[in-house]
Amino acid sequence: MFEETLFTSQFWEWFIIIPTVGGILACFGLIYWLGSDTQKPGEQVETMGHVWDETLEEYNNPLPRWWLNMFYITLIFGIIYLIRYPGLGSYAGTLEWTELEEYKYEMWAANTRYGPLYEKYKNEPITALIENDTATNLGHSLYMTYCTTCHGSDAGGVPGFPNLRDEDWLYGGNPAAIETTIKNGRNGNMPAWQAVIGDDGVKQVTQYVLSLSGRDHNQATAAQGQKTYATMCIACHGPTGKGNQMLGAPNLTDNIWLYGGSPKTIETTIANGRQGKMPAHGDFLGEAKVHLLATYIYSLSLDK
Amino acid sequence: MAETATSTVGTDTYNYKVVRQFAIMAIIWGIVGMTVGVYIAAELAWPWLNFDIPYLTFSRLRPLHTNAVIFAFGGSALFATSYYVVQRTCHVRLISDKLAAFTFWGWQLVIVLAAITLPQGFTSTKEYAELEWPIDLLMAVVWIAYAIVFFGTIAKRRVSHIYVANWFYGAFIITIAILHIFNSLAIPVSMWKSYSAYAGVQDAMVQWWYGHNAVGFFLTAGFLGMMYYFVPKQAQRPVYSYRLSIVHFWALIFTYIWAGPHHLHYTALPDWTQSLGMVMSLILLAPSWGGMINGIMTLSGAWEKLRSDPILRFMIVAISFYGMSTFEGPMMAIKTVNALSHYTDWTIGHVHSGALGWVAMITMGSLYYLIPRLFGRELYSIKLVEVHFWTATIGVVLYITAMWVSGIMQGLMWRAVNPDGTLTYSFVESVQAMHPYYVTRWLGGVLFLAGMLIMAYNILKTVTSPQVAEINDTIPAPALAH
Repeated sequence: MFEETLFTSQFWEWFIIIPTVGGILACFGLIYWLGSDTQKPGEQVETMGHVWDETLEEYNNPLPRWWLNMFYITLIFGIIYLIRYPGLGSYAGTLEWTELEEYKYEMWAANTRYGPLYEKYKNEPITALIENDTATNLGHSLYMTYCTTCHGSDAGGVPGFPNLRDEDWLYGGNPAAIETTIKNGRNGNMPAWQAVIGDDGVKQVTQYVLSLSGRDHNQATAAQGQKTYATMCIACHGPTGKGNQMLGAPNLTDNIWLYGGSPKTIETTIANGRQGKMPAHGDFLGEAKVHLLATYIYSLSLDK
Repeated sequence: MAETATSTVGTDTYNYKVVRQFAIMAIIWGIVGMTVGVYIAAELAWPWLNFDIPYLTFSRLRPLHTNAVIFAFGGSALFATSYYVVQRTCHVRLISDKLAAFTFWGWQLVIVLAAITLPQGFTSTKEYAELEWPIDLLMAVVWIAYAIVFFGTIAKRRVSHIYVANWFYGAFIITIAILHIFNSLAIPVSMWKSYSAYAGVQDAMVQWWYGHNAVGFFLTAGFLGMMYYFVPKQAQRPVYSYRLSIVHFWALIFTYIWAGPHHLHYTALPDWTQSLGMVMSLILLAPSWGGMINGIMTLSGAWEKLRSDPILRFMIVAISFYGMSTFEGPMMAIKTVNALSHYTDWTIGHVHSGALGWVAMITMGSLYYLIPRLFGRELYSIKLVEVHFWTATIGVVLYITAMWVSGIMQGLMWRAVNPDGTLTYSFVESVQAMHPYYVTRWLGGVLFLAGMLIMAYNILKTVTSPQVAEINDTIPAPALAH
């Protein structure tokens, strides 16, 4: 009866079972006891004989029959439900229903029904699939279900979540790289530099970074920043600031800013660092859906 | 009860001062809380209304709204009426004027501190229990003082039987003390930050044990106490059935305390807990309706009064909304229904049919009865009560129908799937579809608030008009009591 127990001891089983069953029985007893009295035809209802605050009195009308029946029905429903479903401690119920099993069943049923729609494209190369409207439409549907929360319904991105329509790729924009990103996820990590280079250092590097995209900047400060850049930033962002897709280090020369491009925001990025997180979807969606999603994303950047 | 009459009985008076204070503050806090509610309803329809000012964002004003309407408006109304009722039905003055005054000023301080800290973002993040630990402590102290005053007065009563309204007020006071203290247990890390003593799903379960019983005992049992005094008084009829009040009282307080898990259907909460929550929520239907029957049937033999008496109409419509939302609640607690309704606006509609329809309207009716008697004045305008009644009723109906439609629509949009198994609608499309209903809901709120302003004007004119009657605060001679 109590096999896979959730409880540290049987005490807690009974701690649940006794008040539950006892409480339901007590409700039965209460309405049986007070509901059995009925009014005889023609009988006048008396007050209880107590008076409070000058005028307050109480009749003692019998309990309405329809109400009593409703009460009995809910109590009986409750008992049947607790026999059939888990409820009394770790008693599993005659149906042996669990939320987890239901979830697994629904997932299985959905995969059986919809899986083949996706599986058939699994082995076709993405470069060919982008010509297939059915495939890209499936990819679009998947995108609208799983990706819009972060990347937006137009795939235009929001601060912290990259734009997928442009040609700027943090980890590479070829079909294989996109598929890997979706499948395994990515962890971007820009370290915090404030403790290392100080407030002045942050300001100087910011001016230099602005200059890389040809934006307004203070030349003298930028020149100082360049020195810091050459020792601290160059390892990831490269000597020319073009970034490194192996590391996911952004290109700093294209005036595209993942976290925002105001001087203030760039300072914040350098001072405090950034932790980007693209979750892995491989286990959750399966290869076939990832493949179609990659197809759709790849098609977006070609769609100029 | 042993007679303790002394020569002063017959000239002693009830403590009306604290009742007056709480009654007036109930109206003021009602206006404040509902104004914030109307503002955040507008923000949902027109998001730019937060003007990018953190203090005005929905996330910070929403807890301010809920705390203000539940604890400031509802709480003040409960304090006022329970102090009035317990004295008049026990035929004895409150045991301590000082302690009663402490509960008034203490409670007002809690509210003011809430209004200062919540917009600044200080929050424990527990719904309806957002206040941080120093305010929680103050609240607990005030509440215990309240319990001492209330139960001390009951113990000193000059009548042998405890009137039914006091059972409900008593259950409300005891249970809220337990709920508040155990749910708010936390480890402070600084003056305005603490972490809950519970972790994970247990924290969630304790929170909803609290949350649902805040509804069950604060917003239901307390206001049933109000109903049991003010409805028979205004209708001038005896309570329908003593027997029914016994059954529904014990069944209600027993069953309510289990219903919390229905807020956590289909979550990490163990299956057995979810089942018990659902079963007990369904069993709760009959005990809830017992209260409705007793309230409405008290009018039998006096139905014609509804035509001429808008105050009584407030009360009866309130009881009808109570019946409706306590039918809706058990239905929404059924797991398959909950799978559709959960996380949608249906829940918001359900809460407001209880909060506006039941809690606020029974309070308004009771205050219209109470305030003229507290001040020895005639009510300034019955016509304005009539206007208030219709404004409020239309407001509630607009609000809840808008939320029913938008809630069910949300639920259906979220679960709609394409032939390929993907979702038909993205989340933002469901948000977009809500806009007309959010506007309608806001309009309902505006009407309800307008009614409250009419009430405030009417009450202001009432209490500032010349006194016309002796204030009947004399404790009756014990002959009446038995």
